[in-house]
Amino acid sequence: MQKLSEAAVKQINEICDRHINDKTPLMMILSDIQKEYGYVPIDVQEIVSERTGISVAEIYGVVTFYSFFSLKPKGKYIIGCCLGTACYVKGAQRVIDEFCEILGIEPGETTEDGMFTIDALRCIGACGIAPAVSINGTVYPKVQVNQVHSIIDEYRKMG
Amino acid sequence: MSLVNIKIEGVPYQVEAGLTILEAARECGYNIPSLCTFNHGQCSLGSCRVCLVEATGARGLVASCVYPVAEGMEIRISSPKAVKARRTSVELLLSNHNRDCQQCSKNGNCELLNVAQITGAREGAFKGKKTSTTYDEFSPSIVRDTSKCILCGRCVVRCQEAHGNGILGFENRGFETIVAPAGNHSFANSPCLLCGQCVSVCPTGALMEKSEIWKVDKAMAEGKHVVVQTAPAVRASLGEEFGMKIGTPVTGKMVAALKRLGFDKVYDTNFGADLTIMEEAHELIARIKNGGTLPMITSCSPGWVNYAEYYYGDCTDHLSSCKSPHEMQGAIIKSYYAEKNGIDPKDIFVVSIMPCTAKKYEKERPQLAVNGIPDVDAVLTTRELGTLIKRSGINFTKLPDEEFDQDIMGIYSGAGVIFGVTGGVMEAALRTAYRTLMGEEYGPINFTEVRGFDGIKEATLNLAGNEIKIAVAHGMKNAKPIMDDIRAGKSPYTFIEIMCCPGGCINGGGQSYIRPSLLINEDADIIDTYKQKRADALYSEDERQTYRQSHNNPQIQQLYAEYLGEPNSHKAHELLHTTYVKDRVRFE
Repeated sequence: MQKLSEAAVKQINEICDRHINDKTPLMMILSDIQKEYGYVPIDVQEIVSERTGISVAEIYGVVTFYSFFSLKPKGKYIIGCCLGTACYVKGAQRVIDEFCEILGIEPGETTEDGMFTIDALRCIGACGIAPAVSINGTVYPKVQVNQVHSIIDEYRKMG
Repeated sequence: MSLVNIKIEGVPYQVEAGLTILEAARECGYNIPSLCTFNHGQCSLGSCRVCLVEATGARGLVASCVYPVAEGMEIRISSPKAVKARRTSVELLLSNHNRDCQQCSKNGNCELLNVAQITGAREGAFKGKKTSTTYDEFSPSIVRDTSKCILCGRCVVRCQEAHGNGILGFENRGFETIVAPAGNHSFANSPCLLCGQCVSVCPTGALMEKSEIWKVDKAMAEGKHVVVQTAPAVRASLGEEFGMKIGTPVTGKMVAALKRLGFDKVYDTNFGADLTIMEEAHELIARIKNGGTLPMITSCSPGWVNYAEYYYGDCTDHLSSCKSPHEMQGAIIKSYYAEKNGIDPKDIFVVSIMPCTAKKYEKERPQLAVNGIPDVDAVLTTRELGTLIKRSGINFTKLPDEEFDQDIMGIYSGAGVIFGVTGGVMEAALRTAYRTLMGEEYGPINFTEVRGFDGIKEATLNLAGNEIKIAVAHGMKNAKPIMDDIRAGKSPYTFIEIMCCPGGCINGGGQSYIRPSLLINEDADIIDTYKQKRADALYSEDERQTYRQSHNNPQIQQLYAEYLGEPNSHKAHELLHTTYVKDRVRFE
């Protein structure tokens, strides 16, 4: 496993200290780390464990329980395909399959160039515009399979 | 204490308010089928739904392990609805369980199988997908098989309660949930102490010791000279394997059984314990006199040594350099004993019967070998010895009491016996240190200040003008504050005993299982008293010994006179001392 840089260790400790006096600090700490680094690998969890006294096993449990957290770096663009009930009956499975097919990865994985990650999401509360896809916060309504190619191209052009 | 009136099956009772239905029912003489009979339901998350009962005032059936009694509550355990619901709960658990019960070594102690029989669960009642399996057998000590895990969480709680920062936790979610070290690492590649406390509470075969019976079989088949030694704590628990009352000392029967199992020599690790005391007490005195690293900490417990290396690598100079007793004895068997008997050490196979799973790992440490020959070749737990005896058709309870082989290392002192309980190593060391420093025996013999099960015990002694402050800790949760003080350079102690398992070796991860639901002839409070009962078995054997101090063991004296010279001599260092790793990687 890659050794963390001193600067990273310092920053992770700072994030821990920010929340250490909260009633339940772990979620806030992990959330900040996820936002800052894009993922929470096990060597980062070890540092959090040492600073907070919470066991690595428990931290790992939280990280793997919530889909918001990730153990591996995520891509620049995170394609969140909603697979909630409404989206699913409107054909969301075919949409996510198309994204996977074009990018050559499975849900939860990241393309080799680090551009895209595909996430299968539970209901994101946008049932009125099902099937919905959210990319870095931008929501695409009523996505059809034949639109997928152009959506990907849009981001490829932005680089 | 306020009381509430309840009815169970229509019969009125008064019970303490605040009890769960399960606890209250137990006091009234009912054992509601459940899986959280361990330690007052300490592990209970109410998740298995095995202990469902009907209770007035509740919607539907309630899990009796978490639902508190209330005034006027009427409880039905035997109603058709409750009986059927409990059966369904168990059948659902079984549907995601690897049911190779016949070859599972927890069979006989499996609480799931027990509760399945009691509730009448039907084979294959539900068929469906199974959670993908992790089978981890990389560590020399513990096997983890998630196909048998019912996610009760006992191991998670026990690990945390004993050691503070537990190694085990729940990972992933929903149907993919498993119990594992972070990242589903093997126990071998994670900072697990390998103490086996998780094994001792696991109700099924999900956590097991890694059996080495085959190694003993192989050595015997190859015609090796097989020498067996037994740790002090084993005699306080082995009888339980044969239905004897907890705390029955079975030293003589154990020896008789071992002699019938074909071992060439049967020795007591207490001799090794006496040797450890000679080396350790003199090491301590030398450190005090020469300004060596203090406080000095005992190093007999391999779980504790693992903890020190993983979490306090910078403090390992504080550990005594002494090998643990069975390793010392193994080294002497393969040198002094081999020479005396004209046997090539390569042809000797040393088997240690230990209350411990970490000892299985310990024997494989490269630091615990002399000229590439390991001091010890196989470690069996108390439970594995039970299996060996049963397999050979020996009726253990009917065996006569016999004596250990008496040649070379057959005599042991009472100080060696008490090694098996928290405070025992300290007491044994003090008996010898007192004699060495004061020139006379300690009058009362016993140092009772260090006995008992308090997490941290302290005492101050005055030895020849040296004020010596000592501490005894068991369970790594209790070791941590002591180690933090040492790291910060403010430890007030001179000498510290640390054992990994709560209570010491008598409660080691290799001892007989304590399953209140299966121990119908024991008292209801056995979960609170078994440690004391096992400890009493050792303290009473100490009282019965001719020699009470290690330095008075005539064979120890002879070993030094003939072979080692004096404690901490060059020869002794070669054979009896070891080194530690300062930068052990936690997750590989």
